[in-house]
Amino acid sequence: MDKEGGLAGKPVGRRVVIGVSALGALGVAFGARIESGLNGVLSTISAHDPTGITSLLPGGGGFQFYNVASFLPYRSDQDYRLTVDGLVDHPTSYTLADLEALPQTTLVRDVQCVTGWRVPNTEFGGVLLSELLDRAGVKPEGKALRFTCFDNIYSESLTLAEARRPDVMVAHQMDNAPVTRDHGGPVRLYVAPMYFYKSAKWLSGITVTDRVMPGYWEQNGYDVEAWVGRSNGRTDAPIDGE
Amino acid sequence: MARTHPVDELRRFSTAERWVHRTTSTLMMLAILTALFLYVPGFAELVGRRLLLVTVHEWSGILLPLPLAVGLFFKGVRADMRALDRFGPQDKGWVWRAMRHGTGTAGPAGKFNAGQKLYSALIAGLVVVMLGTGVMMWFTALSPLNLRTGASYVHDWLALVIGVLVLGHIRMAMKDPESRHGMRTGWVTRSWARREHRLWEQEQDQEQDQEQQK
Repeated sequence: MDKEGGLAGKPVGRRVVIGVSALGALGVAFGARIESGLNGVLSTISAHDPTGITSLLPGGGGFQFYNVASFLPYRSDQDYRLTVDGLVDHPTSYTLADLEALPQTTLVRDVQCVTGWRVPNTEFGGVLLSELLDRAGVKPEGKALRFTCFDNIYSESLTLAEARRPDVMVAHQMDNAPVTRDHGGPVRLYVAPMYFYKSAKWLSGITVTDRVMPGYWEQNGYDVEAWVGRSNGRTDAPIDGE
Repeated sequence: MARTHPVDELRRFSTAERWVHRTTSTLMMLAILTALFLYVPGFAELVGRRLLLVTVHEWSGILLPLPLAVGLFFKGVRADMRALDRFGPQDKGWVWRAMRHGTGTAGPAGKFNAGQKLYSALIAGLVVVMLGTGVMMWFTALSPLNLRTGASYVHDWLALVIGVLVLGHIRMAMKDPESRHGMRTGWVTRSWARREHRLWEQEQDQEQDQEQQK
């Protein structure tokens, strides 16, 4: 008993460690496929789940909530203002009602976070950014846009060419309802062909600048040019590709 | 030090062994708590401050293997690693018996019972995977998006698994004050050792006998 019970025996611990690691590697390789397969099942279950717990499960097709400020930003529909200024002929301030009175566009795309999670077929409605730029009249020296938010911290950037694309909008509708506070309401940016950190929440200011000024996460190491890659399994490839 | 201690107590964990446990568990709790506030929408809405949470989560995660790596310079820690790794005949079916009848009547165990061995091996493997997938999400330029999607999917599911395992680990400790005392001070009573780790208790006797014969 003394010999067998001591150091001898099978190295089961080592095998478990190696086995778990190998399973993890397999999961990374095939996780995207498994996720899209399970997505439908999980979202069906969570649609019938009054507790909402299943929507928290990974791949349940839910959004993750991101906020870089120390508080949850809030602006009422009445108090909300979106200013367009900088290198423009007509600096403007829009109320929510003003935005709703402009020509409206709807886009249905997958939301893709840079870290990997994805929410399929999300509908955004609002005003194309190009519409706002045309109304403001961009001066010839204007080359890029800087976006600021009423959380007083977050910021984003786009080149003028990117901003004029037909899949970049200022959104006040999401899945046929007003954009909620958690999702960046009443008004957020939606840059469909790029990773979701480009789609600034709680949008309050658009400034035309003479050069790109990197935004919040971009100062922390993320790419300024955040095109969703071709390898992501999206069916809606970026339009025309600039 | 051993001589100043009551005779009916046994030395279970050295200072190095206890510090490895203490620092690892602190890092693990940091990683778990920040994960909760990063992932669960209700908690995330409460605190915001995403950059701070991300930074604490990334560093507590990446540092998680460090205490054990440093601990490997100490003999006691290396001996524990060997004991945790090896499954002897007494470990066969032990977890099953412990689940049905309790740990005290599941049959004799060595310094670590089969449940503790399985737990440590699973956590070690899971930490390897969490570190790998975490680094893929941290440095997004390392891998293409479909692998990153897989990485975050694996990371999120295994976080749940780790949460369940750690809760189970804490629950077992809550049920047994003397095992907590052993991890805190390094000493356990002989009666506890006889009940929970009889083969180890017998080994201690043999070592003492050998010392006395010298």
